[in-house]
Amino acid sequence: MAASPVEARVDVPIVSVRPAAPGSWTTLGRFVRRKPLGAAGAVIIVVMVVTALLAPWLQTHDPIATDAAYTLGKPTVDHWLGTDHLGRDIYSRIVHGAWVSLLVGLGSTLLGSVLGGIIGLLSGYMGGKTDLITQRFLDILQGLPLLVLALVMSASLGPSIRNVIIAISIPIIPRAARVIRASVLSIREMQYVEAARALGVQHLRVAFRHILPNTVGPFIVLCTAQLGSAILVEATLSFLGMGVPEPYPSWGRMLSVSAAEYAQKAPHLVLFPGVAISLAVFGSNLLGDALRDTLDPRLRGSR
Amino acid sequence: MKTYVAQRLGIAVLTLIGMSMVIFVLLRLAPGDIVDILFSTAGYVNESEKAAIMKELGLDRPYWVQYLEWMRQMFVGDLGKSYRYDIPAWDVIRPLLPVTIELAILSLIVSVALGVPTGVISAVKQDSSLDYVLRVVSLAGLSMPSFWLGMVIILGMVSWLGWIPPLTYVGPRENFSGHAIQFALPALAVGYRSSALIMRITRSSLLEVMREDYIRTAWAKGQNGRVVIWSHALKNAILPVVTVIGIEFAFLIGGLVVTETVFNLPGVARFLVQAILWRDYPIVQNLVMLIAIVVILSNLFVDMLYGVLDPRVRYGS
Repeated sequence: MAASPVEARVDVPIVSVRPAAPGSWTTLGRFVRRKPLGAAGAVIIVVMVVTALLAPWLQTHDPIATDAAYTLGKPTVDHWLGTDHLGRDIYSRIVHGAWVSLLVGLGSTLLGSVLGGIIGLLSGYMGGKTDLITQRFLDILQGLPLLVLALVMSASLGPSIRNVIIAISIPIIPRAARVIRASVLSIREMQYVEAARALGVQHLRVAFRHILPNTVGPFIVLCTAQLGSAILVEATLSFLGMGVPEPYPSWGRMLSVSAAEYAQKAPHLVLFPGVAISLAVFGSNLLGDALRDTLDPRLRGSR
Repeated sequence: MKTYVAQRLGIAVLTLIGMSMVIFVLLRLAPGDIVDILFSTAGYVNESEKAAIMKELGLDRPYWVQYLEWMRQMFVGDLGKSYRYDIPAWDVIRPLLPVTIELAILSLIVSVALGVPTGVISAVKQDSSLDYVLRVVSLAGLSMPSFWLGMVIILGMVSWLGWIPPLTYVGPRENFSGHAIQFALPALAVGYRSSALIMRITRSSLLEVMREDYIRTAWAKGQNGRVVIWSHALKNAILPVVTVIGIEFAFLIGGLVVTETVFNLPGVARFLVQAILWRDYPIVQNLVMLIAIVVILSNLFVDMLYGVLDPRVRYGS
């Protein structure tokens, strides 16, 4: 015989219905234990951020100072990772390159995700014809290969850090809009949204105040995953000579100069900047994967 | 089925028209036009000469006329004239096509041959150390820039095997083994990177299918484990993988752009980069459009393939 709901409720002490919210350290500890790969990714990203912020103090040489007497130098005590064809210190350039890479990566990811997120939010909330037309438009943007679109944008806007950020953010917009729209579509049908509407809350307010906060999970996952790809696109654009201009040290451009002429003579010119790019992207991919497993309830348990 | 195909073709054409507008607008976003860029590299501006060039290129006409003219040219298959070579663009592009097509197909084969088996193994051995290793290796592939991977491969070949990449393209008829090596390395670099996506989707899709009842039934009746996984489960798990291979194509073309540059292969993708650097905009415009058409067609092809692979998928209504 099943107990009536009323009886059952009497037995449950109200205080313990909701377990005490775990402290942030506990949550962090659990994340590290359950997702060791994700934690490794987080460590890589933190190291990169710290390197970028402390670049002026971590450098051993001026990253743009040339030294004609010591070009294509092998790694030594003075030049930890050697020097390039102009005698510039590779270690110091990589340290400063972290700043450029992070600035462009984060800047374009945030710009693209916020713009795409707003489009996705409005498109998903309004539905109907608006949604249909927006989706077709996003199809158009997404149909072009990411790199080709960024390449054309960057060539058309001209070389500057700001323009590279804009160029890389454009291909992110449709991807962000898709993700946010999908989560808005399910949130929109929830009862609390209906309740808010019934209380007479304006549509825009419902969308931005009531629905938007619940898309934070997918948004963070999206940003982390896109960060890696944005860093990669920046490196590729700079490699092709259409990215971050001189004098800023960029990992991608460091490779493009060395690739052409000096690869055989000085392999360290090719090795180190490439390792830096790969590590940064690897870190954000690892973290992105782990966060997706943890934060995205639709994927929880399925992996 | 026929109405479905017609519908899809209609949407594809509309998408392509939309893409052409986006490309057209993007290339004209820049402050100043092509002629300004031409003159800025020359270092002086000659007004009458500038006007003459503008007229010759048709840039003095309103934008919508320029756009319609471009569409008309595309429709009759006229790809315009290259600034740089001063010959029809199609004559420049045509000899480059076989290189890119061969490389794209080889890379696709490598990525499927690497991605599907590793994805299956990773799913079967879920959460084992082998699974972790395979996932890290594939994620590393996704994280390395393909141009860098190419450079490292070349460096390795040079220092360990003494192989020096040929400076010019080697045709398959003149020297087959040289041609094979010249293509195998870039195909490996692009394919490894693309295989990561295929591996991940194979793994998650197979994990999902393996929880289904008919798989439990197959195990319960004592069916051979290999048959259950490679035949029963994979048959259903492969559909999402096919979708990804379709999407992959766009991704792969992006990879080709830099890989052809690094390996010095005279393909369309490398030519696109050169055309952008030379500001040969009529060519850029048409090449990007060509890429868009290839991507749309490959997606269409994948959708059609569904019906063949999965009899449950019925088009129409």
